[in-house]
Amino acid sequence: MGNYISRIFGASPVRPLQDHMQTCYLCAKELVAFFGHVAKADWDQAQSSRERIVELEQEADDMKRQIRGQLPKSLLMPVPRQDLLELLLVQDRIANLARDVSGLVLGRRMSIPPPIQQEFLAFVSRNVDAAKKARKSIRELDELYESGFRGAEAELVESLVNELDEIEDETDVMQARIRAQIFAIEADLPPVDVIFLYRVLELTGHVGDMAERVGRRLELLLSH
Amino acid sequence: MEDQLIYLGLATFFGLFMAWGIGANDVANAMATSIGSGALTVRKALVVAAIFEFGGAVLAGGEVTSTIRRGIVDSSYVVGDPQLLIHGMLAALLAAGVWLLFASRRGWPVSTTHSIIGSIVGFAVVALGVEAVEWVQVVTIVASWVASPLMAGIIAYIVFNSIQWLILIRPDPLVRAQRYAPVYIFITISLIALVTILKGLTHVGLELTFAQSCTIALGFGAVVAIIGAWFVRRIPVDKKAERKFHFATVERVFALLMVITACSMAFAHGSNDVANAIGPVAAVISVARSGVVGQASPVPIWILVLGGFGLVLGLGTFGRHVIATVGGRITNLTPTRGFSAELAAAFTIVFASGTGMPVSTTHTLVGAVLGVGMARGITAINLGVVGRIFVSWIVTIPAGAALAIVFFYALQLAFG
Repeated sequence: MGNYISRIFGASPVRPLQDHMQTCYLCAKELVAFFGHVAKADWDQAQSSRERIVELEQEADDMKRQIRGQLPKSLLMPVPRQDLLELLLVQDRIANLARDVSGLVLGRRMSIPPPIQQEFLAFVSRNVDAAKKARKSIRELDELYESGFRGAEAELVESLVNELDEIEDETDVMQARIRAQIFAIEADLPPVDVIFLYRVLELTGHVGDMAERVGRRLELLLSH
Repeated sequence: MEDQLIYLGLATFFGLFMAWGIGANDVANAMATSIGSGALTVRKALVVAAIFEFGGAVLAGGEVTSTIRRGIVDSSYVVGDPQLLIHGMLAALLAAGVWLLFASRRGWPVSTTHSIIGSIVGFAVVALGVEAVEWVQVVTIVASWVASPLMAGIIAYIVFNSIQWLILIRPDPLVRAQRYAPVYIFITISLIALVTILKGLTHVGLELTFAQSCTIALGFGAVVAIIGAWFVRRIPVDKKAERKFHFATVERVFALLMVITACSMAFAHGSNDVANAIGPVAAVISVARSGVVGQASPVPIWILVLGGFGLVLGLGTFGRHVIATVGGRITNLTPTRGFSAELAAAFTIVFASGTGMPVSTTHTLVGAVLGVGMARGITAINLGVVGRIFVSWIVTIPAGAALAIVFFYALQLAFG
């Protein structure tokens, strides 16, 4: 009978959430290499990059399922279970977007028009920067739990989320600029390609949006 | 009484067996939070538990032992036939022991305290009649089973909130932890020492005035706080661990404080739970020796020593394994949380011991953990398991009672 007091402590979701964010970030990060290969039309390398993305996305999916499984309704937690599940979902979307956009580009063997190539690659890495900042914020989750989501640690997270917002704003500006550039040259490109180019631009931009939403979710945890 | 020696032998044997069982199983619950939060290694926990369980049993175990010995059964009902009381108490001991053994094999969360009280009440109702039970006392005891987890929970909530406000939400938590750690030590030690001196030490033969008691308790607290402060200052700042987890060193400060609350927990457990084993023994022995029921002599100290010895024996033989298993499974209780829970539980239990209330150590500790949880301190608490633990005492009481009745009639038959 000695072991039941240990059973009242449920498994902490903090480390698993952090690990999940790390995997999603790595997944998004692979996009930088992927688009680098695409820009050079190196399809073999792009293919292997894409495989890494798919692998990481599946890993993130498995982690997501496992975290959900260890959060039954009967847990007493410092923050609402629903908020944690939604945070998890948003994190997971980052990996999903990386998978979708790389699949689309590789499937259609899309090339990035040379005039916008440089700016587009910069746009991709800025979106990945946003994901990186989201990961950094999530890394503070254990400290937030420790300090009860209040005080100095909460302020630190608040400032990280603000930095995240700034990066996301930057990606919005970049996205608008690239869209204008595509518009300027779209008459010279095959129409179907243009449609998908806009689509790729949009999906890539969503990576930054989702990273920002990770920050929003984290802020919500603070407000309880 | 011709059977006197047999009764003495049986009582001693059953009592030792029960104390052994409590030492082997229950101590693990009292110490688990210390090991789980990394404050103590299993080996250190065993040493701490052995010393302080014994100390608690001998120094502060007297009041609860008295309650169990003669607080539950109205002895005027057995004046004519002291053998009834002897058989009853032996049956109660055996019933509680067997029920605990059975339940622990099945992994059920049962309380030693609840089973022994259930057993005594059970035998008394059947053998002596409903009116032989001191119902006021029994109701008070049952009320204390509700009050003790509640009290521990409220104290833990307050203590943990104070740690948050004074230390964790500040920009310089380490400096503040170093500043307040001695204060927490002082409060812990003084309170527990005060209750022990005021309520427990009369059984050891010490009579002190209230002012004397306060002075000694506060002085003792101050000395330990100064020693503690010295140790706290010597904790090195681990830069590498700090980068990963900014509160790493703060937690190490509290890991040190938890050594003190772990000692308090062991002391508290010894002071309350030893009575479950030796309360009935004390009853049997006082009747068997004198042949008279109901004399008001204090509990002989050698019986408390016997109980303490039994606890340590159980700890030494099986405790290591159980403590390691329990401690290893508690992963999300950091020292700041463990400290709050243990301080609250230890104080509540020592307080109960001082007032002679047999409470459940485990339930009190669970109440304290819930208090920290309510203060948003613990990442996840399984409310389902908590519910099962609290419901278990309802089951334990009739089970202990039924077994006690069976054993009582068996003993009646055996000794004619």
